[in-house]
Amino acid sequence: MATLHSAPRFTQIDGLKNTISKALGDHLVEAHEEHGELLFHVQRGSIETALRTLRDDFEYQQLMEIAGVDYPSRDERFEVVYMLLSVTTNNRIMVKCRASEDTPVPTVTTLWPNAGWLEREVFDMYGVLFDGNTDLRRILTDYGFEGHPFRKDFPLTGYVELRYSEDEKRVVYEPVKLAQDLRQFDFMSPWEGADYVLPGDEKADMPPIDDPKTTESPKQTGAGAKADEKAAEKVSADAPAEKDGGPDAPPPEPTEDQPGRKKRVGKTTDTAKATKPKKGAN
Amino acid sequence: MSTGFQLEESPTTGDETITNYTINFGPQHPAAHGVLRMVMELDGEIIERIDPHVGLLHRGTEKLIEHKTYLQALPYFDRLDYCSPLAQEYSYVLAIEKLLNVEVPERAQYIRVLFAELTRICNHMLNIGAHVMDVGAMTPNLWVFELREDCMNFFERMSGARMHHAYLRPGGVHQDVPEKLLVDIGEWIDTRLPELFGDAMSLVLDNRIFKQRNVDIAVVSKEDALAWGFSGPMIRAAGIPWDLRKSQPYDVYDRMEFDIPVGTNSDCYDRFVVRVKEVYESAKIIKQCLRDMPTGPISSSDRKVSPPKRAEMKQSMEALIHHFKLYTEGFHVPAGEVYVATESPKGEFGVYLVSDGSNKPYRCKIRPTAFSHLQAMDFMSKGHMLPDATAILGAIDVVFGECDR
Repeated sequence: MATLHSAPRFTQIDGLKNTISKALGDHLVEAHEEHGELLFHVQRGSIETALRTLRDDFEYQQLMEIAGVDYPSRDERFEVVYMLLSVTTNNRIMVKCRASEDTPVPTVTTLWPNAGWLEREVFDMYGVLFDGNTDLRRILTDYGFEGHPFRKDFPLTGYVELRYSEDEKRVVYEPVKLAQDLRQFDFMSPWEGADYVLPGDEKADMPPIDDPKTTESPKQTGAGAKADEKAAEKVSADAPAEKDGGPDAPPPEPTEDQPGRKKRVGKTTDTAKATKPKKGAN
Repeated sequence: MSTGFQLEESPTTGDETITNYTINFGPQHPAAHGVLRMVMELDGEIIERIDPHVGLLHRGTEKLIEHKTYLQALPYFDRLDYCSPLAQEYSYVLAIEKLLNVEVPERAQYIRVLFAELTRICNHMLNIGAHVMDVGAMTPNLWVFELREDCMNFFERMSGARMHHAYLRPGGVHQDVPEKLLVDIGEWIDTRLPELFGDAMSLVLDNRIFKQRNVDIAVVSKEDALAWGFSGPMIRAAGIPWDLRKSQPYDVYDRMEFDIPVGTNSDCYDRFVVRVKEVYESAKIIKQCLRDMPTGPISSSDRKVSPPKRAEMKQSMEALIHHFKLYTEGFHVPAGEVYVATESPKGEFGVYLVSDGSNKPYRCKIRPTAFSHLQAMDFMSKGHMLPDATAILGAIDVVFGECDR
């Protein structure tokens, strides 16, 4: 596919994928290239050896980033991705390995001192352990935070919220309370792989009925003289009200006239005069 | 130097040796450039160890992005490094374009480069001013803030927003720029910028006090700069001519002629001077952009990525549908993963984007520039005096919106 985009263009080295694959040997699980970027998937246990080879033999001097990714459906759910940069060959590659909650990844702080914080971040966000990192504290989350927020099963709203309590004169943590439901709009087109059933669509999959119900004679409908008779029956003794409810209640007392009010002149219906425009008014 | 002079007995008897102080620097400190907390271990006034505590501004941007469509996630990038918003958008937009393999019209590429460079000037104005103020001078900061204000006004005329532009789009930019704005920028580059900036820097660059506070502070060797993952002005000050605009050009940077300023001594002063020189180089690039910018469309003609013009929408049913689909469902990005890094004013700003083929990013890892630099704070400050820490921090050019994400 022809390259149309104008994203950063680094030097493409011919046959680099094969050379590196050969050098990594057994450590390599899979290598592939997409969008002009090389990606090497290596064994978890030998990530340090693999990166050492790349740093020392292939001139990838800089470790720019370590990213964690969570794929909850996999056996080893986490991916740890290392972005390497060579300032001499002007090339970038990505190296990754897989891990689960209880399988630690060997640290690369032995190769690059800046791996320390990068690994701490992956640990903080995903709970991936790094074997050999002597300072594996949380880094971005709050002091005393529990859980690993970037895991896919961690809710976007989190579990606790904090506020200043006037009573206790300190900041307190409370379970998260939303004044309004968290709105997660799903804009995926229902025609292109939405993962829910449209209202009404569930009927489409219903099996056809083997023995359809028919009403061939009036008997089957339940109508007729017999039914009418049954319908005339009273359900309870005095329903609906048949008896007279007794004498009517007395009418209310008429309200008193306002004393001292002028008697009105003319009839209320006599409005014709008022609607006629006065002569010379305009 | 025992002279027989007897010191007075300390009130706490038997405690003659002074142990190291541990002091807290920040999180609310004017020289911390935001919410940085550093636990410092001091021997008198000499720094023995620094443990920077970051994350006080952590907002979970990356997680929020996973819950938005690609276009909805764009404004989060303005809010990372709020001193150079356009530079962050740049990496993200290029990453999406790389996954989609979408072509950007030439005019849009020039506009992007032009305003990315204006952002660089704007960012350096803030950093230069703040660095100078950290070590005691007041006036230059006020002067360069005048220029920053000018930049902000240009940005407002470009996008309608002074700071959080949300201007770049996958496939181009949001709207075309007025001709008068380009003329005004050109005039500003020729007259006001060199005049005011030159005046401000004439107060600083040869100033004895400024040099005393910066020269030979936090010297980092080339090897260390590489090993600690330095980038941007930090690695250039160490004498490595490494600039992504030059070595891994994106958009029309390969057509621009500019030089990469490189330091010789790798100290705080060099980092400062590299930034000062970069301002002039950026001005050169802006002038070339203004000279060469062609006319034409400003966003991709691929209607599955960029929306049609409003006028077209009133006439064409198909355009209306495209617009509706783009702003509700958004576009789908083919599955894959890319790491795209651009030269932000502070260094390499990278975006690692994983797509699962849907309309939302599966994972968007942001590579901040300050994270690696700040990590080296301990190693750079060891053995320096306490007041040097502010100069070192100022020369790193750290912004916590980006560092903590």
